[in-house]
Amino acid sequence: MAILEVNRLRKSFGTLVAVDDVSFALESGKLVGLLGPNGAGKTTTVSMLSGLVRPERGEVLVAGRKLDGDTDPSKRRIGLVPQDLALYDELSALANLRFFGALYNLSGAALDKAIRSALELVELADRARDLVKTYSGGMKRRLNLAAGLLHDPDILLLDEPTVGVDPQSRNAIFDNLEELKRRGKALLYTTHYMEEVERLADRIVIVDHGRVIADDTLDGLQTRLAPAGQGRLNLESLFLALTGRSLRD
Amino acid sequence: MTPLFAMIRKDLLLFFSDRRSVIVSFAVPIAIASFFGSIFNGPRTGETARIAVTIVDDDSSAISKAIVAGASSDRNLKLTAADADAARASVRRGQTAVAVIIPRGFGEASGTAFFGGGAKPELELAYDPSRTTELAMVRGIMTQHVMEAVSREMFGGAQGRKYVDQSLPQIEKSSGLDAQQKAALLQMLRSVQGFYDTPGVGGASGSQRGITMPYTVKEQAMTSGENVAYNGYAHSFAGMGIQFLLFAMANIGVEMLLERQRGLWKRLRSAPVSRTTLLAAKVFSGAIISLLILGVCFVFAMIVFHVRIQGSFVGFVGVSMACALMASTFGVLVAALGNSPATARGVTTLAVLMMVMLGGAWVPTFIFPAWLQQFTLIVPVRWAVDGLDGMTWRGTGLSGAIAPIAVLLVFAAVFSVIAAARFRWEET
Repeated sequence: MAILEVNRLRKSFGTLVAVDDVSFALESGKLVGLLGPNGAGKTTTVSMLSGLVRPERGEVLVAGRKLDGDTDPSKRRIGLVPQDLALYDELSALANLRFFGALYNLSGAALDKAIRSALELVELADRARDLVKTYSGGMKRRLNLAAGLLHDPDILLLDEPTVGVDPQSRNAIFDNLEELKRRGKALLYTTHYMEEVERLADRIVIVDHGRVIADDTLDGLQTRLAPAGQGRLNLESLFLALTGRSLRD
Repeated sequence: MTPLFAMIRKDLLLFFSDRRSVIVSFAVPIAIASFFGSIFNGPRTGETARIAVTIVDDDSSAISKAIVAGASSDRNLKLTAADADAARASVRRGQTAVAVIIPRGFGEASGTAFFGGGAKPELELAYDPSRTTELAMVRGIMTQHVMEAVSREMFGGAQGRKYVDQSLPQIEKSSGLDAQQKAALLQMLRSVQGFYDTPGVGGASGSQRGITMPYTVKEQAMTSGENVAYNGYAHSFAGMGIQFLLFAMANIGVEMLLERQRGLWKRLRSAPVSRTTLLAAKVFSGAIISLLILGVCFVFAMIVFHVRIQGSFVGFVGVSMACALMASTFGVLVAALGNSPATARGVTTLAVLMMVMLGGAWVPTFIFPAWLQQFTLIVPVRWAVDGLDGMTWRGTGLSGAIAPIAVLLVFAAVFSVIAAARFRWEET
């Protein structure tokens, strides 16, 4: 059974329809790659899943329960890792995580344990008391991931979590995500880096102009879209075949 | 720890981690308030500041000498003597506010004009155009000294006797006057002549007093008590404290916009926390910081400048808390209405400066025109400053705090409602 079900979501801003009739599902222990050109509706979709934006139509089901309202307890089952480095630079990593944990009513020993676990996963335990402004870009990205994991969510929404990091940090983040999959977390991963999805995703959802234009495994897409007699295309070729080569910005 | 307390704690940690904010919020208002306070307070000896005046006596008559002597002994003037050119140059350089120039022939002409005959001589007042208030005071003071000197001379001095002796025959021969008026004038001058023959009548430099002010003045500062002196630092610390807590809160509003820009509001909004909690945390943390700023300012003023809460202590705390709430909701309003941190910073700096200027935080509102004094009642800073003044140096009781507290809370409520309605909650 899917832990997250997205049913026919729609959201527009003025005359611009950002997301239109988007549906897909996410299972525990699996990673779904959400791909699309700039302005395709990825971030708006993630925003609706995390409760930042209210859909005009459609619904988000978390373990079968409709997500509704700012204080819906189901939000505790979702962790968000935003594209921005959503951290307080002037505070230590520890102070940041204490604060973010408290937003989910974590306190005392439970909060300490959650912080320790998250920092160990992203390998920042020894820098916990340092101010975030002293961190490198890669360390901040890893801390950004840790902040989304503190309350032990079943679902993790990752919006371009590897933007601007070096290969070492990116690989460390991949290792973290694979570990989270092993722990049974359901991951939704948006990115523009096709090789990341090829490596990590169990299933790929491609959106364009606010609509889902493909929802399949990499194998399924390759089989369905491979031109006759040319063997298997890589994901980038498949993506361009589906979304076209015209510039979107 | 609940989300509300966690957010308040985080905001306080962030505020105190920014050394520049702390210095601007605590040290700068103390420095500026100390400066303004020293101006409002005047000298600590209780003496009023003397007006620097240069006097020029080109006449050297008994009357002009008496005028100079009277002005020299006046406690409101700091008199120096010079020639006319040096006196004017001194005013032009800003060293003295006014130069009083007694021209040649002033004594004789003023004596003649005293009884209504002859042209009035001119007493020249050369003044610094930036110090017109002092000019008005010098004009009034010199009127007193000239009247005393001229009347004393004319009712007892040689010049007066000479004038009366010469005038009596001329009036008797005169045919231009109405008979009744002529008789009255002759009677008056003969009486004056008789007065001269009274033993002890001197002249301008003698013991005779001439016309003097028919009253004396008992000045009483209406402070909180009979033996309690006005402390100008109480007003300046209230004004500057409020100005800088408004700046601090406007900065918190701008920081909220920066938090949005940096994606932090996405994380906050994705947590199961209500909108009310998110805004309330900002209001409470802002109010705590505001109270700290006011508290530190007044504790400093109490220790160093002996400012005292002469009125109700409960009222003082109440007004301070209402100020803090008003200021913190103003900060949230900035976040709600601001489009970007840069534009919000510019607009709110202007708004805060306007509010504190009109609210009497820099200079007391009584110097404003009457219409402006009424207008400033719609400015929250006016109520904040008046409320704190009332509880400190005016010594007003708790009842005097009720109106400022109520009005400040109404402002806080209005700011909160607008902020909640206009806040951009959706994060994309």
